[in-house]
Amino acid sequence: MHQGRKGQSRVQRDVTGPMPGESYLACPTCDVLYLEVPVPEGGRLRCDRCRTVLMTNRAGAMDRTLAAAFASLILLVIALFFPFLELSIAGVVRKASLLDAALAFADTLVAPLSIATTLLIIVLPMIRALALTYTLLPLRLGHPPAEGAGRAFRLAAHLRPWAMAEVFIIGVIVALVKIAGLASVTLGPAFWAMTALVLLVVIEAVSLDEWSIWQTLDRWRHR
Amino acid sequence: MVHMADTRPLAPPLTARAAGYVGCRTCGKATPMPAEICPRCGSTLHSRFPRSLQRVMAWLLVGLMAYIPANLLPMLVTTTLGRATPNTIVGGVIELVHYGEWEIALIVFAASVLIPVSKFCVILYLVWSIHRRSRLDVHRRIVLYEIVEFIGRWSMVDVFVVAILTALVHIGFIAAINPGPAALFFALSVAFTMLSAQALDPRLIWDTFEQDRAPNG
Repeated sequence: MHQGRKGQSRVQRDVTGPMPGESYLACPTCDVLYLEVPVPEGGRLRCDRCRTVLMTNRAGAMDRTLAAAFASLILLVIALFFPFLELSIAGVVRKASLLDAALAFADTLVAPLSIATTLLIIVLPMIRALALTYTLLPLRLGHPPAEGAGRAFRLAAHLRPWAMAEVFIIGVIVALVKIAGLASVTLGPAFWAMTALVLLVVIEAVSLDEWSIWQTLDRWRHR
Repeated sequence: MVHMADTRPLAPPLTARAAGYVGCRTCGKATPMPAEICPRCGSTLHSRFPRSLQRVMAWLLVGLMAYIPANLLPMLVTTTLGRATPNTIVGGVIELVHYGEWEIALIVFAASVLIPVSKFCVILYLVWSIHRRSRLDVHRRIVLYEIVEFIGRWSMVDVFVVAILTALVHIGFIAAINPGPAALFFALSVAFTMLSAQALDPRLIWDTFEQDRAPNG
């Protein structure tokens, strides 16, 4: 294992074969086996062979993940209940909430698609933010993990590719440019909440270190 | 004069599988075989995803099948003063270029044509390279795999564009936008190819490298 940044020392790859009683990690990309050692502070463990980042130990990483998850939850609620977009053509005004956008397909030819869009834009990002908060908040407060924290955290990992709030906002911007010449559009608080959510998604993606959190959950279990 | 290359013998990396361990791709923990459930995170353990390539190809095939009607059928139907104009995905891009919206045309083109098509090609190439036990540049293939895994979901952009337009543009008789059947096929195609990429076990790419290096192993 390489220790990036501060530590330059190298932890020897296990070549003699694993010893019973020791704990091991395997690279998810190339399957090379490593002895599980603590990551030095500010450091990063990379796979020796394929360079995949396995774990990091950045100060406050869990705080940032938790803050981003909790804030996304709040922003999603705001986005649901405040005006999203307002369009006016020739004095006719049409308002659309986030839910209207998600359910836009409901009474059209492609009605089943409205279930998918509602899941991708609202439901799955919300469940994911909830699951992360549920897992991390007790840990952050020094309490033992909540009941079923492992299941919640696994769910959050599985949902990651399917929570598409940030993809949605790019779609909104494209749509607005498309109708810009046709009508005037007013952006509501829900639009800005969704835009801010993109930033939080990035913060969360950068700071979330899943393997460390699994280690922490595991340690509590064996206490 | 013979030039001696500076080659130090490298200890062969020991993989979890070779050591009799199963690595968990969710939490990293390696567990001695045989093990079915990860003791750390509770995920189902597979040293390599079973029938990975078959599943990749199956999802890819349905993704490809959905992608054809997604491009041939109208993606959205604009009705202005009672007259309906259907537009396909590519038609929509051409229209944007027509209005001089180059940047937006480029985004839609990248999300709806460039990304899906290159994704089909990359996944096919990766499956072929694993099947043929190709030792071609393992690192580059892993990068390709990671790009495909990361970028697939961004194709969904155009579906959301249609959703927003449908929700907003409904001004009685003056103008209305409705989704065409292609929206459904396109969304299905994106979802299927995402599942295809997820079914691909990257460890298989490295396995071919190893078998190549040690032909007896």
